[in-house]
Amino acid sequence: MNTLVGTGHLIRLIARRDRFRLSVWVLVLALLAVGTASAFIGLYPSEIERQVLANTIASNPAIVAFLGPVYDTSIGGLTAWRVGVIGSVLIGVMAALTMIRHTREEEETGRRELLGATVVGRNAPLTASLIVTAGAGLVLGVLCAAGMIGLGLPIPGSVAFGLGYAGVTAVFAGLSGLAAQLTQGAGAARGIAIAMIGASFLLRLAGDGGTASGLGWLSWLSPVGWFTQLRPFAEERWPILGLSVGLALLATLGAYWLAARRDVGAGVVQPRPGPASAAPSLSSPLGLAWRLHRPSLFGWTLGLCFVGSVYGSIADSVGGFLGDNPQLTEIFERLGGEAGITEAYFATAMGILALIATAYAVRSALRLRVEEESLRADSVLATTTPRLRWAGSHLVFAVLGPVLILALSGVIAGAIYGSFIGDVAGQVPVVLEAAMIQIPAVWVVVGIAVALFGLAPKLSEAVWGVLVAFFLLGQLGRILQFPQWSLNLSPFSHIPALPAAELTMTPLLVLTSLAVLLVAIGLAGFQRRDVAV
Amino acid sequence: MTAVISTSGLTKRYGQTIGLDGLDLEVAEGEVHGFLGPNGSGKTTTIRILLGLIRADDGEVTLFGRDPWREATDLHRRLAYVPGDVTFWPNLTGGEVIDLLGRMRGGLDVSKRDALLERFDLDPRKKGRTYSKGNRQKVALVAALASNVELLILDEPTAGLDPLMEAEFRACIREGQNDGRTVLLASHILAEVEALGDRVSIVRAGRTVESGTLDELRHLTRTTISAQVTSDPTGLTEIRGVHDLRINDHRVELEVDSDQISEVMTHLTRLGLVSLASHPPTLEELFMRHYRDVVEA
Repeated sequence: MNTLVGTGHLIRLIARRDRFRLSVWVLVLALLAVGTASAFIGLYPSEIERQVLANTIASNPAIVAFLGPVYDTSIGGLTAWRVGVIGSVLIGVMAALTMIRHTREEEETGRRELLGATVVGRNAPLTASLIVTAGAGLVLGVLCAAGMIGLGLPIPGSVAFGLGYAGVTAVFAGLSGLAAQLTQGAGAARGIAIAMIGASFLLRLAGDGGTASGLGWLSWLSPVGWFTQLRPFAEERWPILGLSVGLALLATLGAYWLAARRDVGAGVVQPRPGPASAAPSLSSPLGLAWRLHRPSLFGWTLGLCFVGSVYGSIADSVGGFLGDNPQLTEIFERLGGEAGITEAYFATAMGILALIATAYAVRSALRLRVEEESLRADSVLATTTPRLRWAGSHLVFAVLGPVLILALSGVIAGAIYGSFIGDVAGQVPVVLEAAMIQIPAVWVVVGIAVALFGLAPKLSEAVWGVLVAFFLLGQLGRILQFPQWSLNLSPFSHIPALPAAELTMTPLLVLTSLAVLLVAIGLAGFQRRDVAV
Repeated sequence: MTAVISTSGLTKRYGQTIGLDGLDLEVAEGEVHGFLGPNGSGKTTTIRILLGLIRADDGEVTLFGRDPWREATDLHRRLAYVPGDVTFWPNLTGGEVIDLLGRMRGGLDVSKRDALLERFDLDPRKKGRTYSKGNRQKVALVAALASNVELLILDEPTAGLDPLMEAEFRACIREGQNDGRTVLLASHILAEVEALGDRVSIVRAGRTVESGTLDELRHLTRTTISAQVTSDPTGLTEIRGVHDLRINDHRVELEVDSDQISEVMTHLTRLGLVSLASHPPTLEELFMRHYRDVVEA
C-alpha cells in the first residue's frame, strides 16, 4: 500500500486548522525583519552613523555573543545581524510547535487512529506536516526577501536572507519530525524539539562569544549559527545553504526510518513502569508541584548556568574588542578604564540572563492555567487543599526558581571571570549582585501572569506578548530610538545597571511592591472566580 | 433523615448560555441517589457547584448543611470525587496518584487501597499517559473508594469500564452503602441507576423534571399492556388514560396511566382475554418520555 495516500487531504486539514496560527507566526516574523530594516533606513541613513553603531555593538561582547557579530554596516547587514539570531530561534519554535501539533499530538489524542482507519497512508501525516511547515518557511522567506527588495536593499542579500530563514525552518521541521518519533507523549516530544533549538542557540552563543578564545568553530555546529554564517548582505556564502538542506533531509529521512519501525501511538523510547505507591514526600500540593516543576527547573538552571559560564569566560577579552578602535577606547576609559568596560558588559549580560530566566518564571506561573484547563486542578481542589495553597504550591517555583537560576549562573559567571583574572573572591559577589538585582523586574512579569490568571484566565497566555514586548523594548528600543516613556514601560529598564551604575534601592522597592500587589490582585481574583473548564 | 445535599432553585449562567435553570436536588444520608440526564443537562455543573469549584448565580445550596463555596476545604474532608473526564499528570504512576489524592484528602486506608487494586485488576506502576481510558477511570475510582469518607460524588464513573469491572463497581457501591455512605451517582446509563439507585432525580436543560424513588416515579407513569381478546376491542378508545392504542384485528397494544389500570383490566376481561402481558415502565421509558420531545426536535 502506498504509504503517502491521503497526504493532500491532510495538507488541507492542517492548513485549515492552522490558517490563523501560522499566518500570525509568518506575518509577525516577516514584519520583524522588514520593519527592522525600514527602521534602520529611517534612523541611520548615513554610513558614518551606522559605523558608530556597529562599533558600539562590537565593543560589548555580551551583545556579540547574544546576537552574533556585525559583518557589514550596510542597512541589510545591520538588519541581518539584528534579527538573524532572534528570528532563527523564533522560527525554530514555530516549526517545532507546528510539527509536534500535527504528528505526535494527533497520535497521543487518538485522532491519528481515527484518520488511520480511513484511506490515509502510514507516512502521510508526517509528510503533510513537513510540507506545511516547510511551506510556511518558504512563504516567510519570500515575504522577507520581497519586503527588503521593496525597501531598496540589494537583491542577492535579500534573497540570501529569505532563503536563510526558509533553511532554518526546514532544519527544525525535520528535527522536530524526528523528535516526534521518539516519545509517546507530545509534551516530551515538544520538550526535545525545544531543547534542540536551545542547544543550537547556546552552541552559537559559545562560538560567537568565544571567537577570541578559539571557540569559533562551535557556531558551525548550530543551525542557528548557519544563518549568521550565510552572511546575507556581507558577501553571501551561498554553499552554507547546503548545510541546512542537508541536515533537513537527513533528519527527515531519520524520522521516516524510525516511523517505519514503530507502532502508531508508540514511541521509540518505551515508557518504564514507576513506583506502585507514592513516596512520603508526595503527599501535599507542594510535593506534587515539586514533581511537576522539577524537570523544567533542572533543565533551565543547567541551560542558564551554561550561558553564565560563556559570559564569564569571554568577559576577560572585553578589552580586546576595543583594541583597534581608539575612539571607543577613549570613551570607555573616561567611564572608568578597562574595568568600566567590563562592568558595562556584565550589566548587559545579566540583563539578558534575567530575560531568559523570566521566560522560565512565566512558564511556571502559567502552569496554574495548564492545570486548570486540563481539569487536573479539579482533582486537587476537591481534596482539602485550599485554593491559595494550590496556587502557592506552583507560584513558589515561579517566584523562587528565577532567584535560584540567576544566583547560580551569576556565581558561575563571576567565578569563571575571577579565575581568569586571578580574583575569584572579588568578582563573584560583584557579578552575583548584578544578577540578583534583576529579580524585582522578573517578579513584576510573574505578577502580570498571576493577575491575568486571577482576573482574566482566558487571556493568561497574553503575558508572553508582554514579555516579548519588554524584550524588544530593551533590545531594540535604544537602537531604533523609541521615545523614553515607551522604554520606561519595561520593568527591566528601571533596574540599576550594576556593576557599572550605583545601587539605588528606590526602583527595586517600587518594582517589588508592584509585583507583590499584582500577585495579590491575581490571587484575590482567583479566590472569587469559578474554576473554569 | 437529614439531607446531605440540598439545592433549590440553583441557577448558573455561562455568558449567554444557561447551565442550570433552577435545579432542585435533595440527597438524604445513606442513600444512593441517581442523578440522571443526557450530556449537557447540567449534571457536571451541579457537581462543580457542590465542590465549591464554581459559584451558583442564584438559589440555595448546602452540603452537610453548610455552604460549599465558603467552607469548601472543611467539607472536602468528608467527601471523595470521581470526575467524569479523568486526566492525571503524565509523569506520575497510578499508584502515586491514588496515594497523593488520598493523603491530600486527609488519609487513605492502605489495606482498602490494596484490596481495591486487586478487585479492579489495576497495575499501579504505569504512568498516567500509558493508561487507557478505562484504566484512568479505575485509578480515580480506587482513589475515591479507598478513603473512609461519608459522601461519594461520582460523575459518570463507569464510562470506559468493561462489564466485569462495572459489576465490581456496583458491588463496591453496595458495600459502601452498607457502611452508611451516601452516594451521588451522576449518570446517563439507566441500567446502572436502576440497579443501584434508591432515589432518582432526572434533569433536563438545567432543571429537575422528576424526583423520587423508582416506585414513585413508576407510579406517575404508564404501564405497557399487550393482549389478545376475542371480541372487537375498539371500545378501548373510550377509556380515559389510555395512550398509544394500537389495534390489529384482535391484538391490542396500549399504554395506560397507572391510576387507570384496573378500569382497563376490567374492560379487557369483558372482551374475553386469550393472552395478556404487561410490564411496568422501565427507567428507560421514563427517561425517554421526558426527553422524547428533545429527541424528536
